[in-house]
Amino acid sequence: MTETAPALELRQIRKSFGAVDVIHGVDLSIREGEFVVFVGPSGCGKSTLLRLIAGLDDPTSGDIVIKGKRVNAIPAAERGLSMVFQSYALYPHMSVRQNLSFGLENLRMERAEIDRRVDAAAKLLQIDHLMARRPGQLSGGQRQRVAIGRAIVREPVVFLFDEPLSNLDAELRLQMRVEISQLHDQLGNTMIYVTHDQVEAMTMADRIVVLRGGRIEQVGAPLDLYNHPANRFVAGFIGAPQMNFLKGALDGRTLRLDSGMVRDVPVAQAGSLPVTLGVRPEAIGVSLDGHGDVQVVVKNFEQLGSVTYIYTAFPNGETLTVQLPRQIPLTRGQTIGVTFDAASFHLFGGEGDRALPMNR
Amino acid sequence: MSRAITFLTRTRGSFDRAERFGISDFLAYAYLIFGVLIILVPVLWTVMSSIKPQRALDNFDTRVLPYAQVQQEVPGRGLRDVFIHTAPDGTETEVVRAGPARAVSDVAPLDDPAAVFQAPREELRPAEDMRVAVENYLDPILQRNGQENFAFWRYLWNSVFVTVAATVITLVINAMAAFALAKYQFRGRLTFTLLIVATLLIPSSIILVSLFFVVWTFGMFGSLWGVIIPAAATPTGVFLLRQYMLTIPDELLEAARMDAASEWRIFWRIVMPLSLPALSVLAILSVIWRWNDFLWPLIVLISDPRQHTLQIGLTQFSGEFDTNLHYVLAMTVVSLIPITLVFVWLQRFITTGIATTGLK
Repeated sequence: MTETAPALELRQIRKSFGAVDVIHGVDLSIREGEFVVFVGPSGCGKSTLLRLIAGLDDPTSGDIVIKGKRVNAIPAAERGLSMVFQSYALYPHMSVRQNLSFGLENLRMERAEIDRRVDAAAKLLQIDHLMARRPGQLSGGQRQRVAIGRAIVREPVVFLFDEPLSNLDAELRLQMRVEISQLHDQLGNTMIYVTHDQVEAMTMADRIVVLRGGRIEQVGAPLDLYNHPANRFVAGFIGAPQMNFLKGALDGRTLRLDSGMVRDVPVAQAGSLPVTLGVRPEAIGVSLDGHGDVQVVVKNFEQLGSVTYIYTAFPNGETLTVQLPRQIPLTRGQTIGVTFDAASFHLFGGEGDRALPMNR
Repeated sequence: MSRAITFLTRTRGSFDRAERFGISDFLAYAYLIFGVLIILVPVLWTVMSSIKPQRALDNFDTRVLPYAQVQQEVPGRGLRDVFIHTAPDGTETEVVRAGPARAVSDVAPLDDPAAVFQAPREELRPAEDMRVAVENYLDPILQRNGQENFAFWRYLWNSVFVTVAATVITLVINAMAAFALAKYQFRGRLTFTLLIVATLLIPSSIILVSLFFVVWTFGMFGSLWGVIIPAAATPTGVFLLRQYMLTIPDELLEAARMDAASEWRIFWRIVMPLSLPALSVLAILSVIWRWNDFLWPLIVLISDPRQHTLQIGLTQFSGEFDTNLHYVLAMTVVSLIPITLVFVWLQRFITTGIATTGLK
């Protein structure tokens, strides 16, 4: 066990349930103290992967290595991990204090040490006034804290969170998001967090792992994923509102879109192939008097005050979402001009709709 | 008291805006009262009959209250039944029969036994008083007045021992079987469940002989354990508990596994407390089964009177030529008391168990 050994390593992890392959060979290395978020659409295998790490399921093949030690054959309890479940899974017949101390009692820890850790965790999470209550008498947010507290007291090598905020209402989710991030700063533990919400991923993660169909699509810091998506799936998954995709073809260094627009694009390697242009809604400019690179019809719009979302369509039916950081007067059915900056273009083409390298 | 009245006069509709007494209320109350009567009347009849003197029972006196004909020691005639003679002029005298009972019999006044006169049957009616026949209870319990062979306290102890031991063993091993069938994945899980439930189709009288040989071979014949052990595994109990345990979320068990709880500890600390409502139901059933069991204890324990249970003991009052109904009824009432107390005590857990479930 060396200082530089990663907190967790996955090597060629595969998992099948019967004839169905759920995870197809995942390789991943997570550094000590890192906050890693697994994100992907439902059914992408992110929760399965977390359960494999936790030891609740066994991988079909591949190695799980925690701090340099292969743990495939080690039961869940002895891996030094703790997990926060989606439903919290608090023991309903025990008080909050008993819920927190149950795991430590199982380890035959001394009573004084148990009390010390439980009190410290309760204070950290501000649940010390709830210790005598049962989970049934707590609100959703309080239960969430107790569930996190139960994970903290074991002082684990790695924290695992399985969609912990999905049962909370929007306001509370925002608050808990901040609190979990603060907790990570305070504790400095390695955390692995599973969610389907890309906003949670973007706001909390040191590194995001985007999964689809049991494969890792891309691993990287939130803004790396946003600015340099490796393929069309990641580009579409990260960012809200979603990136616009327009079909077209690359001819040398000239992009010809199906909707009629023709632009020179700074691709690193000239070629001739069908491509998809990806352009973020905020990278598009609007001219109300109809000037601009191309004209579109306003189908719908949302005025949020600080931001305006405009949902428009090309004559060939392709849609384009525009995000403006200001208020502008609009009516439905109005024709407006939009302007593009080729420097903000993403081009996806070839096998797996991979991003084509650009000269920036 | 006022709460009881409010409860018993509730009508359809919400509790704060109850409607007037309508047809559906009438039908509901009629149905409920009918059910109460069906269950309560035989019990009350037994209780009321058990305090009637032996002679009232032997005469099939169907009046509710315990009336008995007065008897008095008459000089020269011995203990005689007292009648009241109503003369045609309306005067009443207490008399006893001085000869055999006929349409017109010889009677003698109590005040002056020598003054025998004739009285027709219509002018005589029994002189009765109301008396609670406590001797029905005290004779067998205190082993007096010819009831020295009825070892009440021994029978009671045997019954209690059989019931408690069988119920405890039933609860523990049925819960273990149910836990395995509900929460572990293994080949043949459903087959085993169905096999266990299928044994419900076999009436106990069919396996009586083979069960006898089993008990004989294991040397439990004539011992209370011969009653306790064969009754411990009940298909009803396994099925009941399994169905209830299926509703305990798997995440709770996984959380306990992450909390380093052994499977045994999960069973005792998580599954058993959460199954309390179902366990209470099974406990009530088991207590009733074992307490009221007659045929099987009779077969196993017949050889040793010191091992008899209360239910076998009751057969002592029924001889070849006469039946001491007053003792049978009184001891039946006594044997109802423990089971009633058990039910009152356990039914609390059925409701509190449901109320404390903390998961949504």
